[in-house]
Amino acid sequence: MHDLLARLHYGAWALPALLIIPLVGAGFIRFLGRTALPGQELQAAAWREVRVLTLATFAAEAVVALGLWWWVDPAVAGYQAKLDYAWITDWGARFTIGVDGFSTTMILLTALLMPLAVIASWRVVTTKIRSYYALLLLLTTGVIGVLVSLDLILFYVFWELMLIPMYFIIGIWGGKERLRASLRYVLVTMVGSLLMLVAIIALWQAGGEQSFSIEVLQRANSMGESAQRWLFLAFFLAFAIKSAIFPFHTWLPDAQHEAPTTTAVALAVKVGAYGIVRFAMPLFPAAALDETVRKVIIGLGVVGIVYGALVALVQPDFKKLVSYSSISHVGFIVLGLFALSPQSVEGAMLVMINTGITSAAMMCALGMMHERRKTGMIANFGGIARVVPAMATLLTFIALSGIGLPGTNGFVGEFLVLLGSYEEVPVATIIAATGVILGAVYALWAIQRVIFNPLDNPENRALKDLNAREFGVLGTFAVAILWIGITPGAVLKRLEGPAARFVSTIEAGAAVAPGPHASTP
Amino acid sequence: MHAMAFDLSIPSHLFHAYLPDLILMGGGMLLLLWAVWRPESDAHARSTGWAAIGVAVLALVAVIWEWQVGFTAMNGPIAVDPFRWATDAVVLVGTMMTLAIAMDFNGRMKMPTAEAHVLVLLSASGMMLVAAARDLMVLFLGIELMSVSVYVLSGIDRRSARGAEASLKYFLLGAFSSAFLLYGIAMVYGATGSTNLVTIGEQFATPAVATQPIMVIGLALLLVGFAFKIAAAPFHMWTPDVYDGAPAPYSGFMACAVKAASFAALVRVCLEAVGPGSERWHLALWWLAALTMVVGNLFALQQRNVKRMISYSSIAHAGFLLVAVTAQTTEGAAAIIFYLVAYTLATLGAFAVVVALNEGKDGATDIGDYSGLWTVRPGLAMAMAVFMLALLGFPLVGGMGFFAKWYVLQAALKAPAPQTKLSIVLVLATVVSAGFYLYVVMVMFMRPRPEGASVPPGASGTLKFVIAASVAGILFFGLYPSPAVKLAQQAAAASFVPAASRVVAAPAANASP
Repeated sequence: MHDLLARLHYGAWALPALLIIPLVGAGFIRFLGRTALPGQELQAAAWREVRVLTLATFAAEAVVALGLWWWVDPAVAGYQAKLDYAWITDWGARFTIGVDGFSTTMILLTALLMPLAVIASWRVVTTKIRSYYALLLLLTTGVIGVLVSLDLILFYVFWELMLIPMYFIIGIWGGKERLRASLRYVLVTMVGSLLMLVAIIALWQAGGEQSFSIEVLQRANSMGESAQRWLFLAFFLAFAIKSAIFPFHTWLPDAQHEAPTTTAVALAVKVGAYGIVRFAMPLFPAAALDETVRKVIIGLGVVGIVYGALVALVQPDFKKLVSYSSISHVGFIVLGLFALSPQSVEGAMLVMINTGITSAAMMCALGMMHERRKTGMIANFGGIARVVPAMATLLTFIALSGIGLPGTNGFVGEFLVLLGSYEEVPVATIIAATGVILGAVYALWAIQRVIFNPLDNPENRALKDLNAREFGVLGTFAVAILWIGITPGAVLKRLEGPAARFVSTIEAGAAVAPGPHASTP
Repeated sequence: MHAMAFDLSIPSHLFHAYLPDLILMGGGMLLLLWAVWRPESDAHARSTGWAAIGVAVLALVAVIWEWQVGFTAMNGPIAVDPFRWATDAVVLVGTMMTLAIAMDFNGRMKMPTAEAHVLVLLSASGMMLVAAARDLMVLFLGIELMSVSVYVLSGIDRRSARGAEASLKYFLLGAFSSAFLLYGIAMVYGATGSTNLVTIGEQFATPAVATQPIMVIGLALLLVGFAFKIAAAPFHMWTPDVYDGAPAPYSGFMACAVKAASFAALVRVCLEAVGPGSERWHLALWWLAALTMVVGNLFALQQRNVKRMISYSSIAHAGFLLVAVTAQTTEGAAAIIFYLVAYTLATLGAFAVVVALNEGKDGATDIGDYSGLWTVRPGLAMAMAVFMLALLGFPLVGGMGFFAKWYVLQAALKAPAPQTKLSIVLVLATVVSAGFYLYVVMVMFMRPRPEGASVPPGASGTLKFVIAASVAGILFFGLYPSPAVKLAQQAAAASFVPAASRVVAAPAANASP
């Protein structure tokens, strides 16, 4: 496979193609093609055209992304498929993109989740669908852009680019409270990202005003500890807000509840966590290793695990329950990253991918239930296992993976985090482990109330089971869950190197950092 | 580009140094004759408008030529340096856009006054004089020429009571601020014996002069005069009423071109006369910047009238620009030039959209009229969204606006005394500004169109061109800002007689144009 890709010069065009394909598709869908056809039948035909076109674009994206799986050699240190062009020469900003094993898996996750989300919500959006799908594609470019950029300005541009499609998607096609939810989402996220912008400039200055490349800045870090700590906090705040780390999580249940394609929100959250791994910690190693900073952040993570689980327990709305469960899962990511052993970091990376899959799968399934009953309240369901056996089975299975049942993907990630963190921070790890139990409680209880309790609501008797399209989507998720659960080696092989290098970079960086007050920004 | 020095006491050199100004002023005078030659009619107003744009283009060509040739003058009452030419270019682009928008607007309002276009040219020549001034007297002349024309322009619609109110208000407060400025000039002259910025700068270097009460008060009054012109809080009170009452194209003109020229002069005063040494001056600028950002953005949040909202937003942007002034470096001057380009394109573009949606009525532009605009005028709605996001400073979709904010932040953090706190105020103010910029976007895209609401008229050919060109400029420089950054940097780096060095360049003996 690698030879075939090499013959196609895959490395030279893969990453730009990943950025451009959705843009071209979006432009095509928004501005070309038939508009406003008379008659309902023709209208439906035009809509089908738009959806098929979107799907085709996503399919092309997924095919190109799949190539990375074979192209990126996990044994090689550093970034691969790298491209580097001059951009803003006076400031030293460059168009630098590249991937390693970790970003490869995240890109694959994005490229495969998006088409699944489109298929799952095939008929949910019925107004202005051209713009809707164009924005969804634009969002994909933003996400992939964040995952591939190695230059801070470039990263920032893509980072903010994610925000605009999200704002419009929630604000135009969202639920009842969409206007409030969308504005809140943007404002809260902007506070973080603009402070990060100031930090980026300060970092650039400390690095000699020559370059925004993260590789260069990691090496040329001459900042004192207190300066590092401030800049690190600015970066961390931006990522904490985006990835909904407790206590910066309040926007998430709101936004996810209102968004028409909740998967997209789920995805953006994982990108926030990615930012901590790629930017916040390696750029400021002394701050990341600082005892107080670590204690506080691990504390937030652990509190988040328990708090998210407890709040999820009492949610009457299934969608909100899943949102809080993902707040709880983010806590594991934080714990794993800041425990900073190769195993825990690897686990945290895997948890990012797992929760991406699991919460997306959950949200897709809930979307299907919502389409049928126009409600997401747990109390409105009950005993639907007899009416819709296929849906009930798959929903239960997905919920089990969220709990971390051995044999599913959830188990591997959380287990690695707990295993790796125990050496470093035993108390926090033990508390986090109780979070796993609480997770089982809320998920199983919700499943019981929705699927197994007596079938007392007559409206539920008429529910239709999954059709082929829906079965295909949930089935694919189930296969992915099993595949990672049973043979995690294939994914872990790609995370191992980046995780080990992540830990050694930070430890080495902290060792050479000058003492406090060497320079202040 | 090899810089050669001018000696402004040689008439041919002086003529060369004034060439773009002379083209604009002379063209303006001739057009004034042409404008009153024929009776008022739409066709006549249009032909005058096109001729005015032609004159502005000629002046712009002259500016670019002067910039290319690269002569400089370090002595005399006017500055000849790239910073002046860059400011002129911004002013002239703003002028051309204003003229194009006004041609459409005046037709809509059935207001066939051909002189309006000429007044814009005369005002622009005043702005160019302001940008050139290295002498406080020239500065004052330029400011008066600029302002008097603008007073008339804000009341040019004779039938509009709101216009008359705006015009009178602007005139009274403008005259008031001119008095401050003049009084300040007189006191500074009293303290230093000169009105030339470079000479003042030399005098200012000696602590005995700098701490003299008359000097301190004079500079304070000077700053108040400037603050009026750039609409910095707390001297901004006139802005919303005037911008709201004046005809839309001229509100845009005031918000962009007037501001650009005044900022250029303020920067020159800061860099050549006062210098970074003065703690008091710096502190005054600092508070002016912080207060303006906070006040402008917070008040804009409450506006439900689009023109008023944009006027508060222009106050807020004055605050952002003041952050770069506070840096008191040439880097800050470069950031200001870059910022002004982005700001001019976005603000005048937004005013063009406001005009395009106007059905020929004089009155408040209520945000409610924009509800669901996307469903009836998708092109205009998208353009407006780009302008709003550019003013907000969003990357990529807001294009150049992002790099403008970036540049200002960078200049503030790179200054010898890093403005970290001011930068944090700036980003927090930006978050607040998202509240109202996104509100416009939200109304246009996410609110339904009210039942029975009429379809707004849309843009004519010229307006379409102005809007499309602004969007294209904003987006292009948002993707690839390098050329604009280079020009801005060049413009600032090769200009100014630094106040710190206190050395007057001796006039070159054999300099010839």
